[in-house]
Amino acid sequence: MTNVTMTVNGQKVSGSVEGRTLLVQFLRDTLGLTGTHVGCDTSQCGACTIHLDGKSVKACSLLAVQAEGAEITTIEGLAEGDVLHPVQAAFKEHHGLQCGFCTPGMIMAATDMIRRHPEGLDEGTVREELEGNICRCTGYHNIVKAIMAASEAVKTGSTKAA
Amino acid sequence: MYDVNYHRAGSLEEALKLFKAAEDGKFIAGGQTLIPAMKTRLAAPSDLVDLRHIADLKAISVSGKTVTIGAGVTHAEVAASADIAAACPALCHLAGLIGDPQVRHMGTIGGSLANNDPAADYPAAMLALAATIITSTREIAAEDFFTGLFETALEEDEIITAVRFDAPEKAGYAKFPNPASRYAMAGVFVAVDGGAVRVAVTGAGDDGVFRSAELEAALAAEFSASALEAVAVPADDLMTDIHASAEYRAGLVVAMAKRAVAMATS
Ligand SMILES: Cc1cc2nc3c(=O)[nH]c(=O)nc-3n(C[C@H](O)[C@H](O)[C@H](O)COP(=O)(O)OP(=O)(O)OC[C@H]3O[C@@H](n4cnc5c(N)ncnc54)[C@H](O)[C@@H]3O)c2cc1C
Ligand code: FES
Ligand code: FES
Repeated sequence: MTNVTMTVNGQKVSGSVEGRTLLVQFLRDTLGLTGTHVGCDTSQCGACTIHLDGKSVKACSLLAVQAEGAEITTIEGLAEGDVLHPVQAAFKEHHGLQCGFCTPGMIMAATDMIRRHPEGLDEGTVREELEGNICRCTGYHNIVKAIMAASEAVKTGSTKAA
Repeated sequence: MYDVNYHRAGSLEEALKLFKAAEDGKFIAGGQTLIPAMKTRLAAPSDLVDLRHIADLKAISVSGKTVTIGAGVTHAEVAASADIAAACPALCHLAGLIGDPQVRHMGTIGGSLANNDPAADYPAAMLALAATIITSTREIAAEDFFTGLFETALEEDEIITAVRFDAPEKAGYAKFPNPASRYAMAGVFVAVDGGAVRVAVTGAGDDGVFRSAELEAALAAEFSASALEAVAVPADDLMTDIHASAEYRAGLVVAMAKRAVAMATS
């Protein structure tokens, strides 16, 4: 066992892990942050998407020890108190979820996507950029709508970016 | 996954030392191939030596025609590099087609080349650009580097530090991705430099990435997509798997070559 320390959602946290402990296990089992989901064994579904030093990555494909010293943001770190993050608000407004299993990963991928495209997002780009996130329920249409609406909201400055 | 001892290296020297001290060590860069392989126990190293924090492996430099990309540069960084785009936009295009944004944020060019997946994208670019793979001990021509399925000329304790190539006059890349995995079912990189045409094919060969003599001859005579109209690539040494037959892949290779040429000439 080794000790790891990292900053998760703005707070410094430590824990004891095995070398093989995945970051997603550390977040869920040690820290109790169960918003980050595990939907596959093959690094393909994106339900585990979080931000590592500001970039979207799959927490199931990264060891906790690899994240030693890093800044992590999970779905739990987006809202400010009771005020939803603009991407969360857009998913609610546009019915971007059904069962909700893929949603945390979708939202973490979307906030990263919006950050990388300050010029705005068209539908084709959003669909391409969602390559790493699988949804079994929605057919994607409302997810795409929600992300485009959130991107517009952030761009026009009516709300703040991630 | 079996348990593993993790070591983070701050320099190339430290990485080599840590590797030497390990019983059955493996280097890890982005982990986008290695961690999934360890989860399924296809790989079970005793020790991991993390290269991701070695600053020397992360540089991109373009001086004159010479492009050098550090082994630790991620796919996302190549895709977004203005310097590389000015020298060889086809390589940025290729990097942007690898996997998905999350994979591109972690995965590195060095890891992709060391792994030499027969359906990976970068090997085709390195072969077509006649790149040099620079390691902790020597320089290896791409031609000699890729030696078979998941096989390279690398020794166990050898670290890729960078790749170097001359910016081509024209280049293009097109791939037909497997709809589920996004790896290439056929990917073709074409490069023209000093009158020579080089065409490398990934995803389709029975023995990994290869240069296509048929496509190179046709394009040397006339560098246009229409010059490939009557060209057939033999299916003999192509791969047959659940996704496609060798004959189907032979057709895909020509189709992707046409798209790559169209990109190079646009
Ligand atoms: C969902 C998914 C989709 C993908 N799609 C594609 C795709 O479309 N096209 C594609 O080409 N790839 C694809 N990949 C693979 C991806 O590009 C990987 O990033 C890449 O193959 C390995 O790079 P890495 O830095 O992650 O290496 P790691 O996984 O860290 O290492 C891979 C191997 O290389 C060795 N290694 C790493 N760095 C070095 C070095 N500097 N010197 C010597 N040895 C080294 C390691 O020991 C290991 O054996 C995909 C991966 C995933 C998970
Ligand atoms: S759990 Fe499916 S990609 Fe991470
Ligand atoms: S809402 Fe059910 S998986 Fe996406």
